[in-house]
Amino acid sequence: MTEPVLQVGNLGVRLGAQEVLRHLDFSLARGQSLAVIGPNGSGKTVLLRALIGALPHTGSIRWAAGTRLGYLPQKLDLERDLPVSGADLLHARAALAGVGRADIAAAVAAIGLDEAALVRPVGTLAGGQFQRLLIAGALLSRPNVLLLDEPAAGIDAPGQERLNELIHRLQLEDGMTTVMVSHDLSVVYRYADQVLCLGRERTCFGPARTALTPELLQDIYGAPIALHVHDGSAHEHA
Amino acid sequence: MSMPEVTSLAVAVCMAAAAGLIGCFALMRRMTLAADAMSHVALPGIGIALMLRLNPLAGALLMLLVGALLIWGIQRRTRIATETVIGVVFSVALAVGSTLASGEELIDALLGSPGTLAGWEALAGVAAAALVALFVLRMRNALVVTLVSPDIALTSGVAVARLDLYFLLAFALTIALGLRYLGVLLMGSLIIIPPAVARRFARNLDGMFAWSVAVAVLATVVGSVTASLAGRQSGPFIVISAGALFGLSLLRRRE
Repeated sequence: MTEPVLQVGNLGVRLGAQEVLRHLDFSLARGQSLAVIGPNGSGKTVLLRALIGALPHTGSIRWAAGTRLGYLPQKLDLERDLPVSGADLLHARAALAGVGRADIAAAVAAIGLDEAALVRPVGTLAGGQFQRLLIAGALLSRPNVLLLDEPAAGIDAPGQERLNELIHRLQLEDGMTTVMVSHDLSVVYRYADQVLCLGRERTCFGPARTALTPELLQDIYGAPIALHVHDGSAHEHA
Repeated sequence: MSMPEVTSLAVAVCMAAAAGLIGCFALMRRMTLAADAMSHVALPGIGIALMLRLNPLAGALLMLLVGALLIWGIQRRTRIATETVIGVVFSVALAVGSTLASGEELIDALLGSPGTLAGWEALAGVAAAALVALFVLRMRNALVVTLVSPDIALTSGVAVARLDLYFLLAFALTIALGLRYLGVLLMGSLIIIPPAVARRFARNLDGMFAWSVAVAVLATVVGSVTASLAGRQSGPFIVISAGALFGLSLLRRRE
C-alpha cells in the first residue's frame, strides 16, 4: 500500500452543544475512492467540511504533502436571478487558481459542459449541468483529491449515471483520490474502494465489497436494507 | 452651475459609482437590511463630532468603521440572529444620535445637505470612491466564489473571514462617502436600489456592474441638480430618482 493521502485519527466535531462526530479513525491511499454513507443527520457533511478545514475539530486530520483539494458542496440553493453566469464562475475560479483561458477551455471540454451552461445565470442551470460546472471549476485548481457531498442529489437517473461515470473516469484516468458522500448504495458498491459508515451508535470502515453486509446496514440505518448483487452491479431494496 | 457646484457634483458621481459597485455584492449577499440599518450608526458619530467641533464626516466614518467591526463580530459568532441584532443596535444608534444633534444640523445629517465641498474634502471623496471601486473590481473573483459557496472559496485559497471584514469596511466607507449627499436615513437606499434595478436586466456580472453604476450615477445627477434648483436637501430627490428608475424597471417582464 502506498503512503496514505489522508490520515484521520480520533476525530471529533461539535456543533454547539451537539457532538456530531467522535473517535473517528480511518486512512485513505492515493487514488482510492472512499464512500461515506449513513442516515440523515449522522454527520457526513460535517465530516467533509471538517476535512476541508471549514469546521473546528479535535483529533487529527493529516493530508499528505502536496495535496490539493477540490470540493463539491451539497446541493446549493442559488437564486434564479443571481446575475452570475457559468463563465463568470469559471473565470473567477481560474483567476483564484492562477490559470488562464486555455485551462478553462480544457476543463470545459474534459467535463463535456455545453455552451448554454456558460452563458446562462448559474441559478437557472439544471442540477446535472450545475454539478458539472462545479466539477469543471474544481478541476481548474488541479486537485489530486476531490471531495463530493451527494453530487447526484436532485438529478434525474440518466444525469446521475453520466455524473457517476465522469467521477469514476477522473479517478481512473487522472489517479484522483475521491471522498464521496452518497445515499445510493448501488453506486457505492459499484465505484467505491473503501466505505466509511457513520451510524448513530457505531461507525465502520473497510473495503466496500466486504464491509457492506445486510446486518451492518440494518445496524447503521435502523431498518432492514438488502443489497442484491448481480454481475458486479448491485440493486438495493429497502 | 457654479464651479464649486460642479466639483460637488463630480464627487457625487464618483460616490454613486462606488455605491453602485459595492451595492451589487451587498444585494447578492442579501445584506439589504444591514445596508439600511448600518447607515444609521453614523448619526451618533456626527452628533459627537459636532459637540466636539470636529468634522462631522470624520465622526461618522469612525462610527461606521466601528459598526462594520461590530457586524463582522456578530456574524462570526452567530448566523441566525445577525439581522435582528443589526436592527436593534442600529435603531438605538439612530435614537442616540438624534438626541446629540438638533435643528438644522439634524435635518442635514438625516437627509443630506446641498452645498459645496472644501478642496481637501473633494479630493478625499474621490480617493475613497476609487478605493472602494478598486476593492470590488480586484476582489470580484474571491467575492463571486464566496457568494456561490464559502466552502468552495475556502478550498480555493480565499481567506473568507478576512474577505468579509474587508467587504464590510469598504461598505462602511461607501456609506460615509454618501452621507453628505443623502444623509444617514437615505444613504442605504443608494446602495440597494441601483443593483435591484440592475438585477432585473443583467445576466452576468459585468452586466450587473454596468447597470448598477449607470442607475446610481443617473439618479444622483438628476436628484442633485433638482435639489439644487429647488434649494432643498438632496437625499430625498436622489432616492426618488432611483425609485422612479426601479419603477420603470418593473415594466420589463423577465423571461
